[in-house]
Amino acid sequence: MASGRFLWQSRAALAVAEKDMRIYYLKPPVLIFGIFFPVCLFLAFAFGRNIPMPVLLPGMLGMTLFFLSSSTSPLVAPWETLSRTLERLVSTPASITAIVAGDIFAGAVYGIGISLFLLAVSVAALGIAPVHPLVVGIDICLSAVCFSALGSLIATLPTDSPGNIMLVLNVIRLPLIFVSGVFMPLGDMPAWGRTIAACSPLTYTCDLARHGLLGSGYFPAALSMGALAAFTVGFCVLAVFLHKKSTPRRLA
Amino acid sequence: MGVVSSPMTSNSIEVAGLRKDFGSLRAVDNISFAVAEGEIFGFLGPNGAGKTTTQRLLTGVLRPTAGDIRIMGRDLRKDPVAAKRHVGVVPENANPYRDLSAWHNLMLMGRLYGMAKKRREQKALQLLEYFGLLDRRRAKTKTLSKGLNQRISLSMALIHDPRLLFLDEPTSGLDVESTRLIRRLIVDLNTRGVTVFLTTHDMQEAARLCDRVAIVCRGRIAAIDSPDALRADFSSAQSVEVAFEKPLRDPALLQELASVSGVRQEKGKYILFTDRPGEVACRVALLARERGLGLRSINTRAARLEDVFVHLTAAKGSGNGER
Ligand SMILES: Nc1ncnc2c1ncn2[C@@H]1O[C@H](COP(=O)(O)OP(=O)(O)O)[C@@H](O)[C@H]1O
Ligand SMILES: [Mg+2]
Repeated sequence: MASGRFLWQSRAALAVAEKDMRIYYLKPPVLIFGIFFPVCLFLAFAFGRNIPMPVLLPGMLGMTLFFLSSSTSPLVAPWETLSRTLERLVSTPASITAIVAGDIFAGAVYGIGISLFLLAVSVAALGIAPVHPLVVGIDICLSAVCFSALGSLIATLPTDSPGNIMLVLNVIRLPLIFVSGVFMPLGDMPAWGRTIAACSPLTYTCDLARHGLLGSGYFPAALSMGALAAFTVGFCVLAVFLHKKSTPRRLA
Repeated sequence: MGVVSSPMTSNSIEVAGLRKDFGSLRAVDNISFAVAEGEIFGFLGPNGAGKTTTQRLLTGVLRPTAGDIRIMGRDLRKDPVAAKRHVGVVPENANPYRDLSAWHNLMLMGRLYGMAKKRREQKALQLLEYFGLLDRRRAKTKTLSKGLNQRISLSMALIHDPRLLFLDEPTSGLDVESTRLIRRLIVDLNTRGVTVFLTTHDMQEAARLCDRVAIVCRGRIAAIDSPDALRADFSSAQSVEVAFEKPLRDPALLQELASVSGVRQEKGKYILFTDRPGEVACRVALLARERGLGLRSINTRAARLEDVFVHLTAAKGSGNGER
C-alpha cells in the first residue's frame, strides 16, 4: 500500500519533471543566468592571472553546476502561478511533495547534463585525466540536487514575478561564489574566511571536485560528501514544507 | 461532525459543515450538501459568493478550515489520491501550458492520473477529434484562441475518463460556438453517467443544464432547488425600477399595486419586485398620472442573483439548508 503510493507519486514526479524540461530549459532567464552569467564570471577571473587552467577547473565546475542547477527550479512555481496552470496541477492526484520533487529533479538534470558536457570538453582540451572519476560523478549528482533544491526553496517566496525571483536568486548566488573557495583554494584563505566557507554547500562541491579531478582537497572526501548530503536533505525537506504552505496562497 | 453515509451510498460528493476562512474573511460558511451519482449539480451565485473557493476545497486544492468532504465515498483529507483519481477538474480561468502543444498537455495529464502510454494516446486522439483539434495538436497552445484553449482544458480534465467532473465557470467569456460545444458536452457526458459539478453565475445556464441547483451567496447556500422551482424564484425576482420627481408621501401605494410582491427603496428609487414587470410598469405609469406624481424614469429589470438570494433568505428566515 505504502510502496504502491510511493511508486504512483514517483511516476507523477517524473511526469512533472518532463513537463519542466520541455517548458523551462529554454526560457531566456534560464539561459542567461544559468549559462551566460557563470561563463562571464569565469572568464573575468581567469584572464590576466597567472593561474594554470587545471587548478581553475574544479572551481569552474562548481560554479557552473551551482548556476545551472539553481536556474530552473526557482522559476517554476511563479511561472505556473502567472500562467494559471498551477491549480490544475495541484488538483491531480500528484502530491505537493511529488510536484516539488519533479521540479528539483528537472533542475538537477539540467545542471548535470550541461556541466558534464562542459567538463568533458575542458578535460579533453587540457589533456588531464580525473584522478577519482567516481568522486567527480558523486560530486556532480549530489551538488546538482542540492542547488536545485535551494532554487526550489527560493520559489516559495511570496511573489509571482520571475524577475523578482531572479533578483533574489542572484543576491544569494553571487556572494556564495566569493565565500566558497571557487577561485581560491581553501588552504590559502584566512581562518575567518574558512569559517564562512564551511557554511556554504558550494565549498564542498568545489573541494570535492578538486579531490576528484586533481587528487587532493582541503577536507577529506567523505566529509565533503557528508556535508553536501546533509545540505541536500535539509534543502529538500524545507522546500517541500514551504511549498505546502505557499502553494494554496498562490491561488488568489 | 461526521458525514452521514451508508456503505451503499451512491453520492459522488458529500459535504458536511464545510468552512473556509481567509484571515478574517469567511469565504465558505458552514455548508452541507450531497450530490448524487449521475446528477448535474449547479452551484450558482454572484461574484464573490464563494463558488471557486468551494470547488477548490472539493478538488483538494485548498484545505478546509473545518468540515468533512467525501468524494466518491473517499475521505478527501485521509485518502486524497483515491478521492482524486476519478475526478476531472476545469479550474476557473485556467490555461493549458502555453509552451506545450495540446498533445503534450494531454500526455502530461494522462501520466499524472497514472494512465498507461497506449491508453492515454488513444484517449487523447479521441478527445482531440471530438473537439476538432486534431490538426492543431502539435501547435503550442499559446498560438490558439481562447475558445480552443478552453477545449484543450476540457480535454485535459477528461483524458482519464473521470466519473465526476468539476467545472468552474467553463463558458464565461467564451464565443457562442465554444459555449454551445461545452454545454452539449456536459449533457453528453452526463448521459454517459458522469456526475457534473457546475459552478456558474449564469442562471439561464444553470436552469437549462442542471438537475438541481444550489444558490450560494456570501459563502452560504440559500436553497437547493430543481430548475423549475428556480425559474419560479427568478420569475418573482424580476423588478421594475421607478424614480419620481419628488419622494412619495405614501410609498405604500406602490406595495398595493396588483402583482407587486415587494418594494425596496434604493438610492432614491423604488424597486418593485414582480413576476410580471411589463404589467406593473403600466400600472405605475397609470398611477402616476392619476395622482399627478411626476415620473422621472421607469425601467424593467431582469432578476439578479442577489435579489433571488435576498428573497430566498427572507422567505426562510435562516440562510442555510435544503428545501
Ligand atoms: N486566496 C484567497 N485569499 C483571500 N481571499 C480570498 C481568496 N480566494 C478567495 N477569496 C475571497 O473569498 C471570497 C469568495 O471568493 P470566490 O470563491 O472566488 O468567489 P466566486 O468564485 O463565487 O466569485 C471573495 O470575497 C474573495 O475575495
Ligand atoms: Mg469564481
